[in-house]
Amino acid sequence: MPGTAVATTKRPRQALSGRRIREWLIFVAFVLPNIALIAIFVYRPLFQNVYYSTLNWTLGSKFATPVGLGNYRNFFTSGEAGKVLTTTAIFTVATVGLTLVLGLCVALALNRKLPGAGLAQATVFAPYILSGYGVGLAWLYIFDPNIGALSAILRDVGLNSPEWINSPPWTLTMVILVYVWKNLGYAAVVYLAGLQAVPVDLMEAAQLDGAGPAKRFFKVTVPLLSPTTFFLLVTTILNSLQAFDLLIAMDKLGRGARTLIFDAYLTGFKEQSQAGYSAMLSTVLFAILVVLTLIQLVVVERRVHYR
Amino acid sequence: MSATNAPSRRVRLTPLTVRDYLVLLLAVLIVVLPLGYMILASFKGAGDLATTDLVVFPDVWQPQNYSEAAQKVPFGRLFLNSGIVTVVGAGLKVLLAILTAYGLVFCEFPGKKFVFWGVLATMMVPPQVTALPNYVFVSGLGGENTYWGIILPGLGTGFGTFLLRQSFMQLPFEVLEAAHLDGAGHWRRLWHCVVPMALPSIATVALVNVVYEWNDYLWPLIIITEPEMMTLPRGLTLLQNSESAASSFGVLMAGTVMVLLPILAVFALLQRHIVNGFTQGGVKG
Repeated sequence: MPGTAVATTKRPRQALSGRRIREWLIFVAFVLPNIALIAIFVYRPLFQNVYYSTLNWTLGSKFATPVGLGNYRNFFTSGEAGKVLTTTAIFTVATVGLTLVLGLCVALALNRKLPGAGLAQATVFAPYILSGYGVGLAWLYIFDPNIGALSAILRDVGLNSPEWINSPPWTLTMVILVYVWKNLGYAAVVYLAGLQAVPVDLMEAAQLDGAGPAKRFFKVTVPLLSPTTFFLLVTTILNSLQAFDLLIAMDKLGRGARTLIFDAYLTGFKEQSQAGYSAMLSTVLFAILVVLTLIQLVVVERRVHYR
Repeated sequence: MSATNAPSRRVRLTPLTVRDYLVLLLAVLIVVLPLGYMILASFKGAGDLATTDLVVFPDVWQPQNYSEAAQKVPFGRLFLNSGIVTVVGAGLKVLLAILTAYGLVFCEFPGKKFVFWGVLATMMVPPQVTALPNYVFVSGLGGENTYWGIILPGLGTGFGTFLLRQSFMQLPFEVLEAAHLDGAGHWRRLWHCVVPMALPSIATVALVNVVYEWNDYLWPLIIITEPEMMTLPRGLTLLQNSESAASSFGVLMAGTVMVLLPILAVFALLQRHIVNGFTQGGVKG
């Protein structure tokens, strides 16, 4: 790594103590503010959240009863865990799968560098930077069972529109579709970068060996893209687990798309303001994130070869 | 179009080219149509919205939807709030990221590795997990419905620091060495050598943070209850709650357009940098 500093050029030992102090002052002035903010607003609440999760406590109330692992027990034995975790899993798997597959399709088309591909890339990426809440509201109008464009179109072709907004499975489907719409461009752009790193001579060699387009795609492109796929898998899973504003915009009461994170918000700040229970839910979410990150680290060590 | 860019390379219309064009066209339409439909809807009045038929263009254009939205929610003030939060929040985050990254790359201090990992690991902590304790903490300090209450808790930055550290490590060390020998201290080396050289990365980090701050929803939702102090996305919630009747969907869409349009405009101008920022955030850091 070229990261070793200019400031560490060798000096006689006596000079060091003065330098040490100077370097410390630099640390205090440069690095400490950020570290302090992170400590106060990221790490402190992270641990406090674990403590809160052992309380029976209503937000705003002065009294809290310690219940140990009671909140966790309630969650896992009442059947709520099954429901919430299933919703979370469906949402995550569906959004990640669709985003990656469709993103790769778009990336393959973009990679041909057709005229206008640049504009297409920018357009497809645009939803990714939009407010999830705003996007959710805009789509809600399209999905509206009475006045929405989608139901009108479906009626015109002789089909009945599903109850997108009032039937939980359809609500979840709707939210998944819109979430994929919003995030597709990100996967496409990252895949495009991966595709551009695929060596041309390898492709030509495969072609000379008589491999058709399909075979080249599955035997050369896909394996060579595995680091990109893995990276996308990790980032999109983590993002999907944290998806919130789109969900609350489209499913205000959490009838269909009540994922873990959404549940934590609703129980903590709405409904009965069960702060302890809510803290338990977000602690579970964090535990899942930690496990996924550890798996990622192990897999990166062992299997994925970044070149 | 192609002729101006690459006169020698004409695109032949093979079946594969046609297929790829169709894929791109479809993808573009899927993105553009809903957004266009939303913008058109923001001009629709009760008549267009009462029917179950497909209405693409408004029968009678109703630009007053925008003023009506601005009456229900103080949109002017919300714009100002969002602007302040975005500029101050993103600005301070970039400043902190520059300082921390400089310290991590160019200074020696005990526990540097530990600090680096501590900063990096913050990217793994979603704001949703810290929201409840931060709410209790910040509202206890009187931060509810204040600018600092919105901005401060999000300032500590792992993402920007990480990205800038990677970029600072690529800088030519001879230049810094020369500045050092000329007697420039850390402060001068930072602002006269490092920052100018790393400007593209810094701009990228700034843009990503601007987008993030402008769109941030959960924290303002929790910490802001007074309409006068809301940011734009937060204000939409208020509008959504007041617009329960389908006939006033146009008003809600007008509000939504006002939230989405500024960031779309920024994106149209700077899309290359923004795309880079969001994707390079992790790809081989």
